[in-house]
Amino acid sequence: MEEGQHTPRILIGKPGLDGHDRGAKVVARALRDAGMEVIYTGLRQTPEMIVEAALQEDVDAIGLSILSGAHLPLTERVMTLLRQNDMADVPVFLGGIIPGDDLPVLQEMGVAGVFGPGASTEEIVAFVRGAVQRG
Amino acid sequence: MDDLLAQVRASRPRAIARLITLVENSASAMETAVSTLYSFTGQAHVIGITGPPGSGKSTLVNELAKGFRRQGAPVGIIAVDPSSPFSGGALLGDRVRMRDLAGDSGIFIRSMASRGSLGGLAEATAAVVKILDAAGFPVILVETVGAGQAEVDIANAAHTTLVIEAPGMGDDIQTFKAGILEIADILVVNKADRPGADRTVKALEMMLHMGEGTVVRHHGRVLTAAGDQPATHGVWQVPVQATIATQGAGVPELIAAIQRHKAHLQATSDWLAREKERSWREMEHLLRANLLRRLQVTVAPEKREALVTAVAAREMDPYTAVAELLAQLSDTTGRAL
Repeated sequence: MEEGQHTPRILIGKPGLDGHDRGAKVVARALRDAGMEVIYTGLRQTPEMIVEAALQEDVDAIGLSILSGAHLPLTERVMTLLRQNDMADVPVFLGGIIPGDDLPVLQEMGVAGVFGPGASTEEIVAFVRGAVQRG
Repeated sequence: MDDLLAQVRASRPRAIARLITLVENSASAMETAVSTLYSFTGQAHVIGITGPPGSGKSTLVNELAKGFRRQGAPVGIIAVDPSSPFSGGALLGDRVRMRDLAGDSGIFIRSMASRGSLGGLAEATAAVVKILDAAGFPVILVETVGAGQAEVDIANAAHTTLVIEAPGMGDDIQTFKAGILEIADILVVNKADRPGADRTVKALEMMLHMGEGTVVRHHGRVLTAAGDQPATHGVWQVPVQATIATQGAGVPELIAAIQRHKAHLQATSDWLAREKERSWREMEHLLRANLLRRLQVTVAPEKREALVTAVAAREMDPYTAVAELLAQLSDTTGRAL
């Protein structure tokens, strides 16, 4: 064990009720292969479950995969819970089907990045690497 | 750090999580945390859960945690998954099976990557057990990486070790092999609704019975022959418990067996013996790490490089090279000591 090395820990969660987790798994796998520790929570998580897991696992970033169309209320709830738990500094990024019109709203909520179906895993890995540089 | 440690003692989840990260990433943080918290540890019953990948360890941990919670005890869970030997990354997926436990403030779950350790746990797992112990969790469940035959570190980290098998583990010769089955305090045949479960239970029971009356091992330690002791507080008889973790079947019986084992350890001198064994292993480990570190500090890199080159070129054998390194160490430490 060397001093000061920090392996990034990333939570990948699927809030809401859609049952399609292929995208989440592809991203989890890509982050794993990039040398990160990925905590995968599985399907049908509530925002409360996701934030509780993020807190206990002390993650450096949270990735949410949402294909249900409920990204606005779900993300807002996650961001509120993070603030309540003094975790507003943990970057949150989204993947899924997110209409362009919603991007400014999500940005306003504090979402650090949004990746649609066309995004490459390289792009996502590079984004997460940049986002988790701890002060 | 002092503030963080105080908050851990007050069982604040955020502080516990932060301290675990520090301990995972830094040897000096681990030293500070363990030495400060050590006097508050020793309260928890540490239960190890090991077995092959896919045998149902995480699902069983989920059920065990629910069972202990019904009795009121807060439960700490450490779930270890393997790190990639290539990228160093890891996919920690044990929480997927533990979703029933969400929203219960009496439960703290931490996933750990093995980070190159080969014994089924991570380097920092023992320190994380102490953190949860000092934070006031009376029951700590430690789930190892999917383990095959030789990953037996859990036996030294836990008071009670459960080895989980699923039906179809192979013929009965597999049950006689040395290794993981020997460390079991309780054997569990999970997925007992699958065909072949009865045979697996019988094969394991037969293996256990054949060992009786000869040499009795407990966590690998040879105990006095059963005949030397009064039968009432004699040797722990390893039970075989069938479970169907997805339905919770057999879990109350398993929890009862775990509690019987704890009572047995406490009624005999085994609890203390086990603590002493664990303490010595821990000290031995620290001793080795410290000696190695001191060697790295004392011996000039050029000297080490010269020795390594000589050994690689077959000009010197490795034993002579190590003797030279140790001689240098005693030259410098002889005065210091």
